[in-house]
Amino acid sequence: MNQLSAKELRDKIKAGEIKSVEATKAVFERIAKVEPTVGAYISIFEEQALAKAAQVDKRIAGGEKVGELAGLPVAVKDNMCTTFGTTTCASKILANFHAPYNATVVEKLLSSDAIIAGKTNLDEFAMGSSTENSGLKRTVNPWDIERVPGGSSGGSAAGLAAGLCFAALGSDTGGSIRLPASFCGVVGLKPTYGRVSRYGLVAYGSSLDQIGPVTQTVEDCALMMNVIAGYDPADSTSVDEKTAPLCDYLAKLDEPVKGLKIGIAPKFNAGADEQVRKAIDEAINTYRNLGAAIIEIDMPHFDYAIAAYYMVATAEASSNLSRYDGVHYGHRTRNPNDYIEVYTKSRAEGFGKEVKRRIMLGTYALSSGYYDAYYLKALKVRNLIRGDFVSVFEKCDCIMMPVSPTTAFKMGEKLDDPLKMYLSDIYTIAVNLAGIPGISIPCGFDDKNLPIGLQILAPAFGEENLLRIARMYEKQTDWHRKRPNLNG
Amino acid sequence: MGNLEYKVLVGLEIHVQLCTQTKMFCGCALSFAEEPNSRVCPVCLGMPGSLPVMNKQAVEFAILAGMALNCQIAQFTKWDRKSYYYPDLPKNYQISQYDLPLAINGYIEIPTDNGIKKIRIIRAHLEEDAGKNLHTAGNFSLVDLNRAGTPLLEIVTEPDMNSAIEVRALAEELQRIVRYLGVSEADMQKGHMRFEPNVNLVITRAGQEFKTPIVEVKNLNSFKALENSINYEIGRQLDRFNETGEVMEMGNKSTRGWDDAKEVTVLQREKEEAHDYRYFPDPDLVPVETNEDWLIPIQERLCELPLKKRLRYVKEYGLSDYDAGVLTSERATADFFENAVKSGGEPKRVCNLLTQYFQKRANERGCNLTELGVKPQQVAALAKMLEKEEISATAAAAISDAVVLSEDLDPGKYAQEHNLLQKSDAGELEAIVEEVIKANPQAVEDFKAGGKKSGKAKGFLLGQVMQKTKGRANPKVAAEILDRKLA
Ligand SMILES: [Zn+2]
Repeated sequence: MNQLSAKELRDKIKAGEIKSVEATKAVFERIAKVEPTVGAYISIFEEQALAKAAQVDKRIAGGEKVGELAGLPVAVKDNMCTTFGTTTCASKILANFHAPYNATVVEKLLSSDAIIAGKTNLDEFAMGSSTENSGLKRTVNPWDIERVPGGSSGGSAAGLAAGLCFAALGSDTGGSIRLPASFCGVVGLKPTYGRVSRYGLVAYGSSLDQIGPVTQTVEDCALMMNVIAGYDPADSTSVDEKTAPLCDYLAKLDEPVKGLKIGIAPKFNAGADEQVRKAIDEAINTYRNLGAAIIEIDMPHFDYAIAAYYMVATAEASSNLSRYDGVHYGHRTRNPNDYIEVYTKSRAEGFGKEVKRRIMLGTYALSSGYYDAYYLKALKVRNLIRGDFVSVFEKCDCIMMPVSPTTAFKMGEKLDDPLKMYLSDIYTIAVNLAGIPGISIPCGFDDKNLPIGLQILAPAFGEENLLRIARMYEKQTDWHRKRPNLNG
Repeated sequence: MGNLEYKVLVGLEIHVQLCTQTKMFCGCALSFAEEPNSRVCPVCLGMPGSLPVMNKQAVEFAILAGMALNCQIAQFTKWDRKSYYYPDLPKNYQISQYDLPLAINGYIEIPTDNGIKKIRIIRAHLEEDAGKNLHTAGNFSLVDLNRAGTPLLEIVTEPDMNSAIEVRALAEELQRIVRYLGVSEADMQKGHMRFEPNVNLVITRAGQEFKTPIVEVKNLNSFKALENSINYEIGRQLDRFNETGEVMEMGNKSTRGWDDAKEVTVLQREKEEAHDYRYFPDPDLVPVETNEDWLIPIQERLCELPLKKRLRYVKEYGLSDYDAGVLTSERATADFFENAVKSGGEPKRVCNLLTQYFQKRANERGCNLTELGVKPQQVAALAKMLEKEEISATAAAAISDAVVLSEDLDPGKYAQEHNLLQKSDAGELEAIVEEVIKANPQAVEDFKAGGKKSGKAKGFLLGQVMQKTKGRANPKVAAEILDRKLA
């Protein structure tokens, strides 16, 4: 059963061939076996999950209508609010925080009858590329437990790759879905900014954050998007369906895109490790063999993406995270001498090193006298990058490039060198600045048997085409069926 | 040191609480004196993951107020975060408007002893209010976030006011305006209007001008405190200049609070701290674009403003400035008055009926004049009867009382049914006067004798006529007949 994709399992559950309770039990058995090694989850909800599964089974047996994700055990990154369990953002400051409401995506999962198995680990407040910045837990890469799963949605990707759920949600601010998907050999989509509601997603960089699926297959990804995409009046930055019509992402998924034109930028790809580059070249060859035209493109401002990103994201983060002050909720220092100490000590005790680093960076960028030189300039660069993509997409349907210059690196390898860590996101960050969708799909392994991800980018709200393009490749290859060999 | 010549300069920052259905960025109802933290939700509590959604009504109210204050309404405006740490501010930033306020470059006209004066308005922008810290006796404070997220319109004027009286006039005029527009209840007791004047003096000594350091007085919430604090500051700044000669410099603006009991301002912050609020555009909200399709219907909701109305009542209806002020102090009263005039009531008589009879009844009941259940048409009918001398002032009072008790009452019919119509019929009155003359020879004699006793005697005789007619004789007609008969 653990070999089934989410879509396959969902179909069997709906058809009454497999009980949701069986599937859910299988997931928790697997969790009992390998979770101590993998460390994907911050919290699990076995009792609640089995109760809901039984209820879904009963409704199916009774011939009642059930939702799109009927009986499917899924996982949610622990930066999305749930009324059950805690919502920690993998931070000590929220270690015991119980949200009073459900994120919109959580409501959507529940109303489509998904079974939420647990909430997954992440870099604290989604700040990081390896999940090593979690203040609460260590997650390993199921393909090599000495290595990182990527981040910040490392728990979702590792958990999925290890068979601890059938699909998961992550969030992506600078590559946080695509990078761990790539490192763990699964599919990860960052939708267009505004396509999925951010209501209830604990903010890191509000103008960059976007929730998306982490799945076994492109088809599963389309299935998840059918559930989570859409306008939400509670999120002013979500896009209304008149401006960007919604569609059934599964409906035309298997139709290849005719006359496909793929943009590639050899200049950028040259920066990747040789084995990564080779895998990407081979993937593009597969498309060429399917009749796609390959066009060389140039994005003159791409090199400035990381610098611009770390200004915009940290500036927003410094403001977003100012609410964690020990006054209203979350960790409060013991025995403060005055209310200033409630702030300073609670925050000093509650936040980890990387979070503090980014808060300081962002505070500096927004300070009077520096605002124009840093934040405002970063916004201008952001507009130029957006412009680069717009002009490139006049010539091609999508862009292909690696997700990351390397495969999964060793635990601790980059932890003391933040700049080196930041460079892991060199291929993913521009996408968030431009707000366009990007997907990571498995496209091979290096000589250490570590997965490599192919990144495909599409114009804003071009998810339907993007998924079809990704699906074309998936149908030609078996990479997505490979599973790590974990003991147990 | 002799007397110094000086000029007072005051600019005002005013926070007006808008009376919207819900808070600025969430669906919570506005609150006053409810149980602490009972009108809150994840958004106004600043819970992780919550997002603000702009209240369109608040923006429309602000635009309407901006129009009434003769401002330019921005075609493009946005929301900014203003960062500072304080326990009553749950997100530790306030959503406000920084460099692109909703309204700019306006003015407000205020009445002064020297006629109408224009005070320039720099800007008006929207922001969310903070909660309240409740300081208790113990070693801790409590925070009530019911008020957090309440929409505030912040209005900033140029330092165009030159006395405490002018400042008060502006504050009162603004109160009337926002009430006229229906955008704020502007209830001072409930803290709906809060003032922060910036005060300094331009002193002339030996032909040279000196500016005293600017003082900002924080958080005044009554007209009296506003006026008194400015007067106090004028004296204090004069004294201080005489003592120290200190003048305005970069960074020596200070902040003072008002001690209501002692009636003095108290130093809060010596020097303007270099506050860095780290303003930046709120990425959770989208910018607001105003177009004609949106603005025109708002513009149509503009009405004649209280001061214009007051001047017109004096000019057009010949009312006294005082009466015009009373009638225009609230829009509902003014509308009532105008409707009664439209229904044919002579303005001055309508004014008298309203300010004398009905206002008293309203005061007795502790309600507004317009809440008495009286219709403008009824007042107009009363005014008409008075004008035609069909009823006496006493009768008018009696009918007014009846009108207050029943809104369907027809004053004319009522007067007839209750024999309240005046007898102005000369023939009928002549007979009565004749009777009175016959019955009171002594008074007649006194009257004819002239001198001191004469006036008294005439009053007595007329009184007799009134008694016989049960007060229904037209006193003017009766006096004429009496004069004629005894001439
Ligand atoms: Zn609220």
